[in-house]
Amino acid sequence: MNLFLSFTSLLLVPFDIYALSDNKTTNNYAILTFLLFVISTLIITYFASKKTKNKDSFYAAGGKITGLQNGLAIAGDYMSAASFLGISGLVFFSGFDGLIYSIGFLVGWPIILFLLAEKLKNLGKYTFADATSIRLDQFYIRILSSVGTLLTILLYLIAQMVGAGGLIQTLFGLSYESAVIIIGSLMIIYVSFGGMIATTWVQVIKAILLLFGASILALMVLKVNDYSISKLFNEATSIHRKGQDILFPGQLIDEPLSAISLGMALIFGTAGLPHILMRFFTVPDARSAKISAAYATGFIGYFYILTFIIGFGAIVLLTNNSDYINTDGNLIGSNNMAAIHLSHAVGGDIFLGFISAVAFATILAVVSGLTLAGASAIGHDLYAYVICKGKTSEKKEIFISKISTIILGIIAIFLGIIFEGQNVAFMVGMAFAIAASANFPILFLSLYWKNLTSKGAFYGGFIGLLTAAILVILGPIVWVDILGNANPIFPYKYPALFSITAAFISIFLFSKIDKESLSNKHKKLFEKQFYKSYTNIEK
Amino acid sequence: MSETDSQNNFSKLVKYQNLISVTFSTLVLLLYFSFIIIVGFKPELFSPMVFNETIPIGIVFGISIIIFSIFLTILYVIISNFFLDSLRKKLKQ
Repeated sequence: MNLFLSFTSLLLVPFDIYALSDNKTTNNYAILTFLLFVISTLIITYFASKKTKNKDSFYAAGGKITGLQNGLAIAGDYMSAASFLGISGLVFFSGFDGLIYSIGFLVGWPIILFLLAEKLKNLGKYTFADATSIRLDQFYIRILSSVGTLLTILLYLIAQMVGAGGLIQTLFGLSYESAVIIIGSLMIIYVSFGGMIATTWVQVIKAILLLFGASILALMVLKVNDYSISKLFNEATSIHRKGQDILFPGQLIDEPLSAISLGMALIFGTAGLPHILMRFFTVPDARSAKISAAYATGFIGYFYILTFIIGFGAIVLLTNNSDYINTDGNLIGSNNMAAIHLSHAVGGDIFLGFISAVAFATILAVVSGLTLAGASAIGHDLYAYVICKGKTSEKKEIFISKISTIILGIIAIFLGIIFEGQNVAFMVGMAFAIAASANFPILFLSLYWKNLTSKGAFYGGFIGLLTAAILVILGPIVWVDILGNANPIFPYKYPALFSITAAFISIFLFSKIDKESLSNKHKKLFEKQFYKSYTNIEK
Repeated sequence: MSETDSQNNFSKLVKYQNLISVTFSTLVLLLYFSFIIIVGFKPELFSPMVFNETIPIGIVFGISIIIFSIFLTILYVIISNFFLDSLRKKLKQ
């Protein structure tokens, strides 16, 4: 515990120095709110660390989280600063097109509930690989799912870190490096000391703060417009430089195949995000798992409707206001600042401070969930099952997971600093594409297809993973925009349609030629698993 | 409970559970991809204005998908947790 306290005080020292430094952009309300958040989450982490004694509590909060709490935590895990600031910014910039993303990010949720939540909870314990490896060879499946997990969370983490560094630099007047270091260190503290219990509470508090902040923002926007959506749209179209066009599909989707591919990445990627899937193990039973998925859908859907109103509100209230708009007509900072500027426009410095602190808390909650999922993949899947073949002590496994947390945190800080100012948006796209093309197909087929074999899953999964990664690199965003080549080798921005198809076909073919599926043992195991997945009864 | 009774109850559970899972998933996917396909192939379908010519139908459609998804998840939980749980309970005995 002394370690916890000294680590914590070390962290707060540099923060205080920066926070108190005389900087024009520093908003004291923001710092106050954020410090309050940090202090209360650290207190929670302190108490959580006393309860975090075994695997059950470290990975799954002892299975004691209720459906409502878990629904909030899932929402807190999933609603990133990118979707809050990014989507409201996109709506501010081009109106309707923001809705395409909002819906895409939401519809994965009902699918998770309808197809995965109950069975995942009935079969698994700590990671989704627990469920997929029930009837398949642990060695193959755990390697595949931990590589899929680590790639997904690292790409996602880097994108979060880079976005966070820039955002906090603007909001709090901290240097980019110190922002990244503060986030990285706090996340290491939360996860390594408090495990899933602390992570859950950080996410729950963040979700409440974000839903509250976004509700107030949207309410203020509606109030200014006499609570009339028609008036809001009317005002927005009359003031926006694109006029009426903001009410209709614009330039975001210029190519139908790309649109379908993006849709598939969003839906099936969400259903394959390891840090999200892991949350279903924190509740006591399948009943609560389903309830939490329904709550999550409600919170996330409500939140995306709010971002749409917030984006339109920003158009009405910020356009032509030189406090927020540059001479070139863009928002000061970037178009991602729409919600932030709007909070100032409707609620002055106090509300700006609150929303800025919420954005900071949002990032912390997301990166903590990601790091915990990564650490579990290393400690539980790779170390305990692949390296030790399931023969290790609980103590050692937790130790490895905690060390992995610290290492992942340091890697995230390091890469966050290296990628400063780089275009990292493609990394989120790649993370979703990999989750959709490797994690999701394996999970889905292991639950529903009796002829799936270990080697089929292994080779097919890796083909899906590689196809997704390579096609993103050869596509327009990386190959042309980042690497500076004239033409893309692969013409579409979003490869999911192709990589998911490649995964399913190759899993099917490799399973067909694998003799494992013919054995009686394989059939028996599937029957057992199938029975358990619906009933939670061992047959 | 006899072996065949329990087998029958399990088959029933699987049948109903899959029925709602597949129907609801198909509904959501169908709605979402028709939205995406209209945006990609036939954006002019989203041009008409409704509610006294003030709100475009595309936005109404989009927001409706979100609200309908939430509604379906609630319905799913009610069916699965309240109606189908009686079958699960029988199997546990």
